[in-house]
Amino acid sequence: MADLATALRSAPPSAWFGISVSALYVFVALGAPVVAPFGETQVVGPAFAPWGGASPLGTDNLGRDMATRLIYGARNTVGIAVVTTVLAFLIGGGIGLISGTVRGWVDQVLGRIVDVMMAIPSLIFSLLLLAIFGTSVVSMITIIALIEATRIFRLARALALGIAVLDYVEAAKLRGEGLIWLITREILPNATAPLIAEFGLRFCFVFLFISALSFLGLGIQPPTADWGSMVRDNAALISYGDITPLLPAGAIALLTVAVNFVVDWLLHRSSGLKD
Amino acid sequence: MTVPDTLLTMRGLAIEGRSERGTTQIVTGIDLNLKRGEVLGLIGESGAGKSTLGLAAMGYTRDGCRITAGSIVFDGIELTTAGDEARRRLRGSRIAYVAQSAAAAFNPAMRLIDQSVEIAVQHGVMNNAEAAAAAIALYRRMQLPSPEEIGFRYPHQVSGGQLQRAMTAMAMVARPDLIVFDEPTTALDVTTQIEVLAAIRDAVEAIGTSAIYISHDLALVAQMADRIMVLRHGRLVEEADTRTMMASPRQAYTKSLWAVRTFRGSRKPEMAAGTTPLLRVERLTAAYDETPVLQDVSLDLHRGRTVAVVGESGSGKSTLARVITGLLPPRQGSVAFEGKTLAGSYRGRSPEELRRVQMIVQMPDTALNPRQRVRDAIGRPLKFYLGLTGEARERRMRELLTEIELDPDQYVDRYPAELSGGQKQRVCIARALAAEPALLICDEITSALDQLVAEEMLKLLDRLQRERGLTYLFITHDLATVRAIADEVVVMKDGRIVEAGPRDRMFAPPHHPYTDLLLSSVPEMDPDWLDRLLDQRKAQAPS
Repeated sequence: MADLATALRSAPPSAWFGISVSALYVFVALGAPVVAPFGETQVVGPAFAPWGGASPLGTDNLGRDMATRLIYGARNTVGIAVVTTVLAFLIGGGIGLISGTVRGWVDQVLGRIVDVMMAIPSLIFSLLLLAIFGTSVVSMITIIALIEATRIFRLARALALGIAVLDYVEAAKLRGEGLIWLITREILPNATAPLIAEFGLRFCFVFLFISALSFLGLGIQPPTADWGSMVRDNAALISYGDITPLLPAGAIALLTVAVNFVVDWLLHRSSGLKD
Repeated sequence: MTVPDTLLTMRGLAIEGRSERGTTQIVTGIDLNLKRGEVLGLIGESGAGKSTLGLAAMGYTRDGCRITAGSIVFDGIELTTAGDEARRRLRGSRIAYVAQSAAAAFNPAMRLIDQSVEIAVQHGVMNNAEAAAAAIALYRRMQLPSPEEIGFRYPHQVSGGQLQRAMTAMAMVARPDLIVFDEPTTALDVTTQIEVLAAIRDAVEAIGTSAIYISHDLALVAQMADRIMVLRHGRLVEEADTRTMMASPRQAYTKSLWAVRTFRGSRKPEMAAGTTPLLRVERLTAAYDETPVLQDVSLDLHRGRTVAVVGESGSGKSTLARVITGLLPPRQGSVAFEGKTLAGSYRGRSPEELRRVQMIVQMPDTALNPRQRVRDAIGRPLKFYLGLTGEARERRMRELLTEIELDPDQYVDRYPAELSGGQKQRVCIARALAAEPALLICDEITSALDQLVAEEMLKLLDRLQRERGLTYLFITHDLATVRAIADEVVVMKDGRIVEAGPRDRMFAPPHHPYTDLLLSSVPEMDPDWLDRLLDQRKAQAPS
């Protein structure tokens, strides 16, 4: 804990900005029912009401409070993105590390399967799979996680290949250590820096992916609040010079920037340890 | 106008380094004078500040370092106060630098000649054609094969020794007044080292440039330098003419540098005939994919004795270690431990078989997991092989650390990054000892270390052998190490054993021609050694 405190004290302003914004998002997402003035699907007034009054950011196409929808959107969109990214890392990272450590035919088989999956454009592939399995939250998380896992597999495998030939890993092999020890104790701790960086980037991609799917109507289904579909539902307002539809888009952009600031800082710190 | 006699002067130079743990003084109050045409040798162990001082001669400090006091005057120009632009004009054209690793200093995507002429052309000293002609003349002077064509090759297409010579040529193209050589032959084999040394010395003499020659190897510096400065912890220990210093060193530290390589391990009684060898390697043939690296290698190791395997890089000696440990299964032949044939791959060996044969490798930096404390590195084999946990493991760990002469209280919770090279290597030895092995394979374990540290390592190994009856397979390219500790010597070349026998017989003539070449290439503490050797070889060479 003391280490963490010193680390935070020496963090640059960009990291502080990232941490604060991310913390705000987490706070809002967790405390949505308390923070939000209305219920998630509650109709509070006429459709497309202007800013001010009881609804500080106006209402949407069905007359629901925009600010409330934004707050619940954080909970749904961010929550699903986090779960998806973690799942993608568990699958892709795990298999990638195994593949790079074991090599041989295991690596060949897994590598070719991943190649086939990566050959299909990811958006088209996910639309196809969602059309087959239906647009539930569970199937969406699973499908996006699987598709993203192929990218993480590549990185994790390359990292494991590089580390597995180092003398200390060979020393552990010669000691007779099993695969699980090799991966969790010898390889993974030395691959964390690039994996953390990838986590930040992947999170943003997954986030955008979910928003894109929702915008297309195949992601998070109404009436659940979600930033992607909020942009789509209120897009008509742009024609009248109202910037309301840009608010959810801005929320997405801000979180993306904040997460990357934090990741940059973490990466800098963990790579600095090696020097 | 007369040209002043002194080219470079440093007065009271102090350089400090900054890290997260605060500042450290790297160089303290150094005075240095270099005349035109003079070669100055800087010598000291790693961390002595010799490289920092060499770079300071160019008005340059590494990232995180800064000059805190003193002056550096190069040919009338004060470098500490000159602007970046003025310093940049000097570098490359009037002061050049030759680094330890030529392979890392060349751009792998450009041909040698393009890189050789770049500095001279950029500084406007010469045009392209003139610089190319100068580079080719220098290639010839550096005795590179086919000097007209070699420049049109890429760095990976020439050998390490050739690359090092090409880098020296590159430094000389713009005819600098001063060249700083930072350990230019440390990464080379002894036999290659001679060629590079001779070429550098010849070229420096012919061009009449001044030079600063940095090395940790006194015998080498003695061949190159007119005057020697001994550094330690960033301070000057002693300074004198090469011959004066070689003949009568004054300071105790200098004397200890001289005494290096005089260590002799304990003598062992003759072997009783007919005993089963601890390890028997029979007719081993191994290859990486299609490249054969070991051919028909046979070898016996007897209990409690040390067998040294010597050879240049590429001779297959490290591959031999990998085959014995099972990291590289052989194509043909077998390895038998205590009369029992071991599986070709380590995967097929039992934990007990793995435990009895332990290996220590050359680079202690990569041999320890940077994310594991000393406690984890040594504790794991104790638990894995011997099932020790808790109090018993803690006690054994402390015993082991004491045995390798590291204070347990101070070191047990450190990460490898918080240890020096020698300390890391000691931890590697402790990790191997933790398994209570019968055979230790030491693969070039002293070559990444300073000579003083390396000698301490040899003493430690010698003591452990006496106390525990260990058997060593000692792989090295350094014949001084062999002389110090080996009972038997095996000489390898191109994956084959060319000669083998007891140490005393190997070091006494007559030798196999290759053994002779290796032996005569070991630098001696004598400023005339290189001249004598070159004369000798010239006389022997068929004219």
